Amino acid sequence: MSAPTYDLGKLHGGLRLDAHKSQSTARPIMDVPVPGQLVLPISQHVGDPAQPIIGIGEYVLKGQLIAEAHGTLGAPVHASSSGKVVSIEPWPVARRFGETAPCIVIECDGKDRPVELAETPPAFDELPPDVLLQKILHGGIVGLGGAVFPTAQKLMQATTCELDCLLLNGVECEPYISCDDVLMRERAEQVVGGAQILMHALSLDRCYVVVESDKPDALHRLGEVMTELDDKRLVLKLVPTIYPSGGEDQLVQLVTNREVPSGGLPSDVGCLVQNVGTAAAVHDWIHDQEPLISRITTITGNGVAAPMNVRARIGTTVADIVNFAGGYTEHASQLIMGGPMTGKSVNTDRVPLVKATNCVLIMSETPSPGPEMPCIRCGECAAVCPVQLLPQQLFWYACADDEKSMRSYGLTDCIECGCCDLVCPSHIPLTADFRMAKGRIRELADEKARAVRARLRFEARNERLERDKLQREQELERQKEHARAAGPAAIAEILKRKQQQEEDEDRS
Amino acid sequence: MLLAVFTIAAIALIAGLGLSIAARRLPSRPGDLTEQVNELLPQTQCAQCGYPGCRPYAEAVVADDAPINLCRPGGDETVRRLATLLGRDVIALAEVAPVGHEVAFIEESLCIGCTHCRSVCPVDAIVGAHQLMHTVIQSECTGCELCIAPCPVDCISMRSVP
Repeated sequence: MSAPTYDLGKLHGGLRLDAHKSQSTARPIMDVPVPGQLVLPISQHVGDPAQPIIGIGEYVLKGQLIAEAHGTLGAPVHASSSGKVVSIEPWPVARRFGETAPCIVIECDGKDRPVELAETPPAFDELPPDVLLQKILHGGIVGLGGAVFPTAQKLMQATTCELDCLLLNGVECEPYISCDDVLMRERAEQVVGGAQILMHALSLDRCYVVVESDKPDALHRLGEVMTELDDKRLVLKLVPTIYPSGGEDQLVQLVTNREVPSGGLPSDVGCLVQNVGTAAAVHDWIHDQEPLISRITTITGNGVAAPMNVRARIGTTVADIVNFAGGYTEHASQLIMGGPMTGKSVNTDRVPLVKATNCVLIMSETPSPGPEMPCIRCGECAAVCPVQLLPQQLFWYACADDEKSMRSYGLTDCIECGCCDLVCPSHIPLTADFRMAKGRIRELADEKARAVRARLRFEARNERLERDKLQREQELERQKEHARAAGPAAIAEILKRKQQQEEDEDRS
Repeated sequence: MLLAVFTIAAIALIAGLGLSIAARRLPSRPGDLTEQVNELLPQTQCAQCGYPGCRPYAEAVVADDAPINLCRPGGDETVRRLATLLGRDVIALAEVAPVGHEVAFIEESLCIGCTHCRSVCPVDAIVGAHQLMHTVIQSECTGCELCIAPCPVDCISMRSVP
């Protein structure tokens, strides 16, 4: 077994949080039965929404493509079970902006009939890397750690850079969430298999599988599988339990001691990070031809009767999952999609499970930390910020709506981890303010781009009008010249014709 | 002690005088300034300021000391930015600014295809041929409202976009 290695880089700041993970890891992964109705948002990834290619009333099979990737940054959506498409309509979803999004609603027939598969697919190592990347693109696979960046595009982008290692992110540093932990325990073969496929697609020969120190079982199981495979390219790494060591840039820093530049990507420093869940999904698609139609998610918190990890079809509503997990308890008062630090609070359990949903958290009301008070500039937030920003200073500029300073103080590099909120003695909701400020920066940039476009169009139009005018003048000049050259007789002829014309017009 | 105070005061006075003379006398590059003012304007080309477009207004602001509060679509925000750039006082907007971003919308069933609106659009955001229905390219419309008056059938209205 490849021994866990400890030579780690330094991570600035971060917090040790209460994990609350054991409540959901006690039970094995259970399969949620196919629900009566599936709700599949067409936009489950960052980038352009997918384009539905099925009609209302059409019968679809499990794994059938129902919305294809559109635009440069897109991912397709597949039907999670067989049934009839009943509508494509706005439906409440859990996402950052807006309450509803267009969703394809499928009424399942319960037969779960799969699409006809092609004969056994070729082994992945027989395919050239670019063909493999194209294939991954069609699987609808997106980053399952929560960022939902389309995996194929991320890989393709990375191939344009000089890479030297793949990092498989099994850190899962956020409290309550344990879906990656149980995935690594129960499906370590798929995770490692996915890593091998990804390495082949990127032509890499080094892969670090990174696991946090509070997951000894997962570490042990991964070690066993790796020993069995005896693949020298795979190395298991153990990192300390500090939130947010699972952030992409933070992980790169920890494992390789390279700092991702401001506004850059891990590929700028030769690394590519993929979540362990994504690796397993890639394995399922390439090996078993199953697109991303289900995922493992943690349902936990004191508001649910039996906290556990479930494997549910994408599009299953939260209400169905909660029913499966024994229903609500009397403590249930808030529902969060995602973890307690970065998740989004929603007000209805009609929202569907999407590719991004790594956790469904149902909790009692968190006691309010107290009223917001003025910033005393204690600097606690700067000490814990993993990106080494100065939140107190950024807050100052965010209040003043000073876009230039916010940019120069690196607001766009904020990963919204929420550490500064937790330590702030004045209870200032810094992360929420930064999120708003980021939106404002984006808005201003859009406005600026629009103004530039309008100016260019205006200038182009003026130029065109000038040109037309000049052309008309030239044409007139040419005609006059022509007439003069033909002599007085011709001019008299023209004048006569004109007179004739005018008379005709008068008569009519 | 007294000597030090006088020395510092004298230095401050000389430097202050020098700076104020430089600011008044030395020519600033007006081309650049016009460009900067133009950058701050919203480029709607609506002519509501009384000048035939954003750039002419920018030139007037720089060259002829035109008031900085004439840009209605830019709102108070633009007045504030112009004041900062030009070192003038922030003044109230000459007219109340519209709320949010609005674009023109052509009621297509009423359009008779006269092309009047098409020819006045400063950013070529209206498409349509003679005696055929016209429409507004929503993403390019600056909301200048110049197309509303020429329409003989009043089929153009302003609608807010998200």
